[in-house]
Amino acid sequence: MNALYSLLFVFLLVLIPLFGVDAAHMRTFFGVCIPTTAFIIFIIGFVYKVVTWGRSAVPFRIPTTGGQFKSFDPELFKQNKLDCPQTGAQTFFRMVLEIFAFRSLFRNTQVSLHEGKGHPVVAYKSSKWLWLFAITFHYSFFIIALRHLRLFLEPIPFLPVGALDFVDGILQIGAPVMYLSDVGLVVGVLLLLGRRLVLPRINYISYVSDYFPLLLILSIALSGIYMRYYAKVDVIAIKELTMGLVTFHYVVPESITVSFFIHVFLVSTLMVYFPFSKLMHMPGVFLSPTRNLPNDSRAKHHVNPWNDPNIKAHAYADYEKEFGVPMAEAGLPLDNPENGVPKDEAEA
Amino acid sequence: MSDIPKADELFKSIDYNPPLTGWMETPVDFSPGHWCYPAKPEKIEYMDKKLPGLWGEPRKWLPSDADWKLPANWKETVVNGFRERLKKFRSLQLFMDICVRCGACADKCHYFIGSGDPKNMPVLRAELMRSVYRGEFTVAGKILSKFTGSRVMEEDVLKEWFIYFYQCTQCRRCSLFCPYGIDTAEMTMMARELMHLVGLNTNWIMEPVSNCNITGNHLGIQPHAFKDIVDFMVDDIEEVTGRRVKAPLNEKGHEILFITPSGDVFADPGIYTFMGYLLLFDYLDLDYTMSTYASEGGNFGSFTNNEVMKKLNAKMYAEAERLGCKWILGGECGHMWRVVHQYMDTMTGDTQWSGMTTPKSPVTGTVFDTAAATKMLHITEFTADLIKHNKLKLDPSRNDHLRVTFHDSCNPARGMGLLEEPRYVLKHVCNNFFEMPPATIREQTFCCAGGSGLNTDEIMEIRLRGGLPRGNALRYVQEQHGVNLMACICAIDRATLIPLADYWAPGVTISGTHELVANALVLEEGEVRTMDMRQEPLPGFEDEDDDWTPPTKEDA
Repeated sequence: MNALYSLLFVFLLVLIPLFGVDAAHMRTFFGVCIPTTAFIIFIIGFVYKVVTWGRSAVPFRIPTTGGQFKSFDPELFKQNKLDCPQTGAQTFFRMVLEIFAFRSLFRNTQVSLHEGKGHPVVAYKSSKWLWLFAITFHYSFFIIALRHLRLFLEPIPFLPVGALDFVDGILQIGAPVMYLSDVGLVVGVLLLLGRRLVLPRINYISYVSDYFPLLLILSIALSGIYMRYYAKVDVIAIKELTMGLVTFHYVVPESITVSFFIHVFLVSTLMVYFPFSKLMHMPGVFLSPTRNLPNDSRAKHHVNPWNDPNIKAHAYADYEKEFGVPMAEAGLPLDNPENGVPKDEAEA
Repeated sequence: MSDIPKADELFKSIDYNPPLTGWMETPVDFSPGHWCYPAKPEKIEYMDKKLPGLWGEPRKWLPSDADWKLPANWKETVVNGFRERLKKFRSLQLFMDICVRCGACADKCHYFIGSGDPKNMPVLRAELMRSVYRGEFTVAGKILSKFTGSRVMEEDVLKEWFIYFYQCTQCRRCSLFCPYGIDTAEMTMMARELMHLVGLNTNWIMEPVSNCNITGNHLGIQPHAFKDIVDFMVDDIEEVTGRRVKAPLNEKGHEILFITPSGDVFADPGIYTFMGYLLLFDYLDLDYTMSTYASEGGNFGSFTNNEVMKKLNAKMYAEAERLGCKWILGGECGHMWRVVHQYMDTMTGDTQWSGMTTPKSPVTGTVFDTAAATKMLHITEFTADLIKHNKLKLDPSRNDHLRVTFHDSCNPARGMGLLEEPRYVLKHVCNNFFEMPPATIREQTFCCAGGSGLNTDEIMEIRLRGGLPRGNALRYVQEQHGVNLMACICAIDRATLIPLADYWAPGVTISGTHELVANALVLEEGEVRTMDMRQEPLPGFEDEDDDWTPPTKEDA
């Protein structure tokens, strides 16, 4: 049901520019106004959210440790520097692996229950499917985003844009060159989507807001592919428009067809949706306190900005006052010998 | 325990397919057995005097009743408290925003594995809170409630929190697998802080908290009784070893203050571990004292709120100052060490007295820079260093009747990274050591299902379900290698793993690590021991000078 809702939304989103451009002739509106506004909302929303996180305190160092810590004898007990970092540099590499290789996800296991010989067996096996799907999807998306820089830069720098273009198109199938990342993105989205639809537990935890971004990105990918391989849009004209956007000399050449406006509208929707959704995991992963802090709080002093100095231990003096008599009888030393005298005797 | 199904039946009842109704529409089971008893009002009254404003109205109530007697402004209190904590904890704010519900955590929780209840999937447990966050604090959630899975705070929601956030042991196993490191333990801690504000609590946490504050330990053992117990143990050590050990209490002017969880003083089999510490320290002629006032390493405040956690932790430094100790040695305890390792110095480090120094072993001279800030050392670090420097004469064959495996306690494993030291110690004091399967140990270790204040009998079935992963791994090494003892470094483990093993892997006993050290420790040349620390005969000495008969054989 949630998936159907999302699909319906995406259809509606396609219809808006389809009719808006052709029927209502709002070419400047869809070519300039919408993407510019979307970009501004994206930037402001993104920054606002990251600043909100940044203003929230990190009172304690709470890294989840995934291996041996730096012991008193690093030779005898070898530290796992990547999963249990103690220095800034080690933590940096932990984050690099987390962000570029999805290391935690790589660790994923799957549990299953079996009837063993006369007794139950709980088994675990490595399960890297999600890691594979996710990494295919994210890298494809990333490369495609970088490739699009060619539309906004003049001259086009070889690194990384031109080089990516070359590597990405290395499997030359047909003309124009087929990009691996195009395939990767579509396949990646379909696998992630399929997972949500097919696996009962994942399906159970999926909202509209989980399906919608996947379907939206799929529609963006398909509209892009359509433009490139089938509609063969006028790329020169499009570059005129996009360069106009970044240099504030807005032009909307007549030779641009509606498929481009649909593509741009969907991308704009994604930009607007981004800061208000779970897609913020992209900047969020950098800030996670269980991953981006070294495991050094027993060795180094850190400060909790809201530590309340008024909270103090129950005073020993009060403790001795309360238990002094039996303590004295038991032969435990007292700070104040008077506490050891029974009350009635003390009064007498 | 009579209405608890047999292990096989319980196992067959686990179904990983979610129900047909959506999770928000699926009702929560409030029948007895699904929750721990709420705190006695006098415990709350006492704590309210010490730390006012954190507890709500003290009252008698039961989760099975329809009316939980919440204060009139409960919703405002909870929502405002939530808002406040979003600012105080970036972890909470971030974890509310960035979950993508990928489901990597779903089958990592021991309670889910043993129950199949989808609300025990960490992702959904957190959604119980996240849905409210979206509904109360985000624009998108307010407008598109259905589509974003958001809802507003209602009484039913709070009741659901009570059940499920007291069905999380804060073991952090899910956090290890989360691509963003989202830590359900953080959310559980926050949810519990919020529930405490309106008087939703459990006695098994609040009674230890208030006891800790009054008597120094969570069992409420008064100082003279504490001394009595220690004296008994000194007698028992003499019975086993022929050696009368010193057990200094509340003495000033010693170098080291030793603090262990009070479970080691009170409960079987923790006491054998405690006897192990005493014997080891006497053997080394260590310049140390224990304290009846700071007689608890475990910190039930960490299951309650930050304020109590700090208040209880502060005792350790206060007592080190009063007694003039230079550094603190800590016994085998799980959550105590998460608090010591990740919170202690930040919370109470500024109350250290000027005479405290980085721990330095008086026996080997090793300086433990790893503990330079807290001035607090884990006993397995201390002992591993002794063994490395050959300072202990050990006869591991005295543990030959034991086939040993090691249970990594969640907190030292995932909140500290203390994995190798206890293994090193164990491998030197026993000849038969076997690891459980890799997916169930070290950082992937499974909880005993009784941590974070759930170690109580009224929720035994839930504990046994949660204990399935650990119990099953134990059963595996029991069959493969004949393992008959599981060692651990946590006092809650030593209590909860016993019923767990009896249920899932009958025949395996539980011990602390230093109990086995004490068994193996050769006190003098040619010393012969006839029994182990439990006063059970060592192999070959069953009949000699020994009238001990196993109780089960007596019956037969």
